[in-house]
Amino acid sequence: MFAYIVRRLALMLVTLFGISIIIFVLLRVVPGNIVDILFDAAGFVDPTDKANLEKELGLDLPIYQQYLSWIGGLLHGDLGYSYVSEKPALQEILPRIPITAKLAGLALLFSTSIGIPLGVLSAVHQGSRLDYTLRVVSLSGLSLPSFWLGLLVLMAAVSLFGHMPIYNPNPATWIEAFAIYAVPAMAVGFRSAALTMRITRSSMLEILRQDFIRTARAKGASEASVNYRHALKNAILPVITVIGIEAAFLIGGLIVTETVFNIPGVARFLVEALRWRDYPIVQNLVMLIAVVVVVTNFTVDMLYAAIDPRIRYGD
Amino acid sequence: MTEAKAADTVLDVKNLQTVFFTNSGLFRAVDDVSFSVRRGETLAIVGESGCGKSVTALSVMRLVPDPPGRVVGGSVTLEGKDLLSLDEAEMRNICGNRISMIFQEPMTSLNPVMRIGDQITEVLRLHQEMTAKEAWAKAVEMLRLVRIPEPQRRAHEYPHQLSGGMRQRAMIAMALACRPALLIADEPTTALDVTIQAQILALIVDLQKTLGTGLILITHDLGVVAQTAQRVIVMYAGKKVEEATVEDLFENPKHPYTRGLMASMPAVISFGAKTDARLNEIPGMVPSLTNLPPGCAFAPRCSLAMDRCRAEYPPLQETGADHFAACWRVAEMGAAP
Repeated sequence: MFAYIVRRLALMLVTLFGISIIIFVLLRVVPGNIVDILFDAAGFVDPTDKANLEKELGLDLPIYQQYLSWIGGLLHGDLGYSYVSEKPALQEILPRIPITAKLAGLALLFSTSIGIPLGVLSAVHQGSRLDYTLRVVSLSGLSLPSFWLGLLVLMAAVSLFGHMPIYNPNPATWIEAFAIYAVPAMAVGFRSAALTMRITRSSMLEILRQDFIRTARAKGASEASVNYRHALKNAILPVITVIGIEAAFLIGGLIVTETVFNIPGVARFLVEALRWRDYPIVQNLVMLIAVVVVVTNFTVDMLYAAIDPRIRYGD
Repeated sequence: MTEAKAADTVLDVKNLQTVFFTNSGLFRAVDDVSFSVRRGETLAIVGESGCGKSVTALSVMRLVPDPPGRVVGGSVTLEGKDLLSLDEAEMRNICGNRISMIFQEPMTSLNPVMRIGDQITEVLRLHQEMTAKEAWAKAVEMLRLVRIPEPQRRAHEYPHQLSGGMRQRAMIAMALACRPALLIADEPTTALDVTIQAQILALIVDLQKTLGTGLILITHDLGVVAQTAQRVIVMYAGKKVEEATVEDLFENPKHPYTRGLMASMPAVISFGAKTDARLNEIPGMVPSLTNLPPGCAFAPRCSLAMDRCRAEYPPLQETGADHFAACWRVAEMGAAP
């Protein structure tokens, strides 16, 4: 087990190294850099000024040198300076992380706490009206894009309450804080909730047909015990896989949701930085997201072994 | 039935009817079946696959999957209580407690993500006032009772760490943990190696004697019946076609189907005997339950069938002391052929 974990950690480093090269190259394949954008906006081009600025930002160096200086800095905890704000990239990124983390955490909490119980209900009452209703609702969850849902939620808030939740870094009341974070979290988590529900349902349906479920009933176990203690614990593995993948997808959904709800989180910041070709911000943010995804994957694999005694990671 | 017998009766099933509603129509998986089991007695239910043996057992436990199945008639009385009229919660108090069941597939009948000890503990804590610690100790004791070596260690293991025979022993431990009045064993040895089969069977019978449990043994193996049972029911196409004590049945089978079953039993050929003897078979196939003939369901395969057999279903007639058979030609059936 220990050897397995060490090997996994080493593999994670290799993965992150690969991602760093891909993101670095892709960014530079995108036409134009921040200097082009600035000078285009100004309307005239003085080649010497432009060359000076490029030199100042280090954009004139060969690409491998640029990469090495980024990675070298990263290893020392130096993320470079934002081209746009000229502040250290770390200072720009760090305060935005908790905002997005809260949103993503709430969205995941929402999708699992809604999706799993509803999936169980739907499977247990297969073919009932409840089942059909839940399946239609979940289908809508899978087909509604989150920006559209976000807009609908905002419009509904305006027409029902006369105003909509607007981001405020220091919410006065508990309710305001809830409105600021929970509403966008639900808008972005609806899709994952729907997917989680569907996977839970199909996985449960398969497990409920197994012999050991009949054994549990023959023992006199209650419906709740049969459905949750016996069936769900066996049915949860595919659900965890999907939640792990969804956690990564969530970042994409958050970009849109943070923009629609005007929340100054990491995801919206990434898009802004990309628009300015703010290389240090984009590179480091993508690396941060990559670390989150890789760690999530690792956690999912470890959870497998914790939940199912038949899964043991050998050497 | 005399009064002394009635007091001793653990389970009394009368005119049980279980039907399945399927796309290809309604079929009667169990049709008008009656039997009773006394304390400490072993009743064997014998028949081919699909004859309704297992559904009979599941109907008694109220475990028939609904939909598509449903018990539509008859009564099931366990220790004076009509099980079919109980509500779900009352029935849960009985299942695993007064009546329990061992299934055919030990490989899949245990929860793969729960420790063996926890699975036995669960049934104890559901039905008896016990702390977690007491229940665990009792679970280990049950594992020792079913002769699992190193029960303390095994209790901590998961089903996949046990062999098929061990798992079936664990199932037996679970089924008997609350000292039920009735144990139903649905082909408990079919999925096991031949060498293990005899051990498991001996264990069940041994524990049944020690604990005084009534036992319903469902099997298609007449050899098992001869070794273990006191009384036998033969089922065919959802109906009871013959009932007798085990000696009587083997000495003097009355129903042509029972005779066919016995003739198709391979016997160990003794030294010097004719070795080219061909095993008898019952010609034809079990009829589809959705499309039963109007008369006796066995008539199409029966060499003795007459016109009446094909037109009318024969009633169950008493042909001797405690011996019943449903055949129009039962009177002509003398001693074994």
